[in-house]
Amino acid sequence: MSRLIEEKEGFPAVLMGNEAIARGALEAGIDVAAGYPGTPSSEIVENLSKVAKERNLYVEWSTNEKISLEVAAAASFANLRAICAMKQNGVNVASDFLLHLAGSGTRGGLVLVACDDPGALSSVNEGESRHFARLVEVPLLEPADFQEAKDMTKWAFELSEQLKTLVMIRSVTRMSHASGNVKYGRLPEKDSRAYFKFDGPFLDSQTGPVISFPVDYKHKIIHGKLKKARDLFDASPFNTYEGPEKPELLAITSSACTLYTREAIHLLGAGKRVGVLKLGTTWPLPPKLVKKHLSTTDKILIVEEVVPFLEETVKILAAEEAREIGIKTFYGKNDGTLPMTGELNPDIVISAFSKILDIPYQAMTPEFEKKLETVTASLAPNRELTFCPGCPHRASFWSIHEALQMDNRKGFVCGDIGCYGMAMFPCGFNVLKILHAMGSGLGLASGFGKLDAFGMDQPVLAVCGDSTFYHAILPPLVNAIHHRAKVTLIVLDNSGTAMTGFQPHPGLTVNAVGEEVPGIDIAGVCRAMGAKVEIGDPFDQEGTRKAVNRLMEEEGVKVLILRQSCALSPEKKGKKKFEMRVEPTKCLGDACSCNRLCTRVFKCPGLVWDKEQKKSRIDEVICAGCGFCALICPAGAIEREEAVNQ
Amino acid sequence: MKKGSSLKDPLNIILAGVGGQGNVMASRVLANMLSLKGFRITIGETFGMSQRGGSVMSHIRVSATSTWSPQIPRGKADILIALEPIEAVRVMRVYGNPEAKVVLNTRPIHPVGVIAGELDYPALENIEKGLNSLTPHVWMLDATEEAMKLGNPILSNIIMIGALCGLNLLPVGITEFKAVIKNFFPEKHLAINRQAFEIGKEKVT
Repeated sequence: MSRLIEEKEGFPAVLMGNEAIARGALEAGIDVAAGYPGTPSSEIVENLSKVAKERNLYVEWSTNEKISLEVAAAASFANLRAICAMKQNGVNVASDFLLHLAGSGTRGGLVLVACDDPGALSSVNEGESRHFARLVEVPLLEPADFQEAKDMTKWAFELSEQLKTLVMIRSVTRMSHASGNVKYGRLPEKDSRAYFKFDGPFLDSQTGPVISFPVDYKHKIIHGKLKKARDLFDASPFNTYEGPEKPELLAITSSACTLYTREAIHLLGAGKRVGVLKLGTTWPLPPKLVKKHLSTTDKILIVEEVVPFLEETVKILAAEEAREIGIKTFYGKNDGTLPMTGELNPDIVISAFSKILDIPYQAMTPEFEKKLETVTASLAPNRELTFCPGCPHRASFWSIHEALQMDNRKGFVCGDIGCYGMAMFPCGFNVLKILHAMGSGLGLASGFGKLDAFGMDQPVLAVCGDSTFYHAILPPLVNAIHHRAKVTLIVLDNSGTAMTGFQPHPGLTVNAVGEEVPGIDIAGVCRAMGAKVEIGDPFDQEGTRKAVNRLMEEEGVKVLILRQSCALSPEKKGKKKFEMRVEPTKCLGDACSCNRLCTRVFKCPGLVWDKEQKKSRIDEVICAGCGFCALICPAGAIEREEAVNQ
Repeated sequence: MKKGSSLKDPLNIILAGVGGQGNVMASRVLANMLSLKGFRITIGETFGMSQRGGSVMSHIRVSATSTWSPQIPRGKADILIALEPIEAVRVMRVYGNPEAKVVLNTRPIHPVGVIAGELDYPALENIEKGLNSLTPHVWMLDATEEAMKLGNPILSNIIMIGALCGLNLLPVGITEFKAVIKNFFPEKHLAINRQAFEIGKEKVT
């Protein structure tokens, strides 16, 4: 049984932020959870899927984020409580429905958890989801520690039912993927019954049709809800103040930045000079509370990630109340006290306080700092990101790269996010020249594939993962086929949503809770649409290279599906297909005309250049035994032998 | 920290290594051991992209009273457990101080740049000399070698936790370890993990 439900009320657990959110949802008695995997959000739905049976939940990994929000909303319309979780980019995907949903309102408690990634630790942008709350006009909550992540999630469902609107919770990587103490609350008895009532008055979303029409009428209702939200937020225990009654400087903060702010004040010993207003309800602002604190001082610092969202809303409120509270000096992102980009940390916040309060701070003595620099200068070579040992993507991109070289017409690959996005780096032989949103690789390729009318003769390739195929490739595939674009799509099918932890997708015959479901065959779908389809194994080097070259020549849309499970997949992990060795008598080392092809160019971490022997060798701890490097060594010095697995 | 305890509050521990070495698991085991003793714990983890052969780091804050930032401020690491030698240097460069205690697994994992011949991997004796010039408290052991003797290199993370406990730097030991691993590993793996813990302990005492 999952540790999320096996302990009783009052149990002091150490939970990840995402686990705390999941526990909060369970304590709220949810019935439905849906999402699409994405770092740093995946563990919310994942943990709920593990307790689906015991807690009588319907949990699904939806095909994409928009659908996951629709699935969760359906539960709400049928008077159940539902949670939906996604990373920040997912909110962009869901945003079309989100706006309609804000207009129609909800019935059973409905909570959307958006996990942002300031600093883009596991993303290709650091886009923010907070603006969506303001854009579509729904309340926004931001937990600032792990207990709060749980308690606030539970309350979000009550709030949603009070206001009859979706409530958005915004987390960040340093909350979702950090862990801390959480005291469990009670898990309620559940006896939910789903029923969709639609025969009430046309204008009443609670008993009649659930629509955002008539727009003016429903938009006014939204503003009534927001007014109520402001009143509730003014009294919310999730908004706290610590510090002197009349601080010299007031820091207004939220989320993980609260912890950086407290740390900074502690290290600077500035507790008697600074007050901290921590807001858990960040949109709409609690107006009376914020006004009260603004009136206690003239200097305000706003500490937040990433864009100046809170800063702007506080400034608007300060301008509106200026007659009563006076003119303030604001510090934050707009004046450059804090950086406009990237994630914050205690040191950045320390330097902001240090500057404003004129308190000098040294993280280390200048002597030690200098010594550190000198001593460590040559001792920590950079560790560039790379594909894992045995990763089928390295093999796929090796063959794609070779095919493009042989073709010699400056062909290029359009891609999107996922592990294979790393093909923009040397580990993927730099073949990826375009990388945007999920599915955008093929959409762009569809556009490039029509530019022959303007003299463009470069071959156009696109790559996508198997989970991405269902998420966002189908519409651009239709587009490319329908418009006769000349494109080769390569589906890197590694049998799961690998980057985020092997969540199942519609191509598999198992769902989020382990039940058997019909899998949807990528090849069949592509053929039915009218694409020419080939299927290959990325570990077949010669075959893959030839297939890419052949398909590039043909007109229209061609799909090459390269199938090989991820090296970290549960069925493969720890099992080697081949025992690998470098035969020292055959490896000519530095003397070989290959110029160290295996370690200098292919550079799988499982290969090591032995400086003393001046030859390659296999690192047996790292090597995953995929056998591919044996196929690329021109001297035949890398040998492979079928491994005997117990 | 606790009444009668001489530990710093917050006490800052960094567990560093390379994606795939079981860094996250080790930090959670250690943090849960400390939580059993009643401490408040915050763990900050860097994973996701970093899983793919990159540097991985967990920050553990231990306190009697409060939740601290999941990121440790510069120069404030009290204890550093490194599953890979140059990762110890990388962490020291940002979070080190002259009082830091460093426990280090000597087995290198070469970065891609080293494999490609673009960068040099420093000699172990230079790493040792360098670290020793920064802090007098450095312990080194070949945990991967010991783990391979046990049949699986991944056990090096638990050997390192054992070593840390053997050095008596924290008020936890085998009792807490046994209690915690029950929730982390399947029954059939408990014995080998206990063995790995004991080996780590022996190697430093």
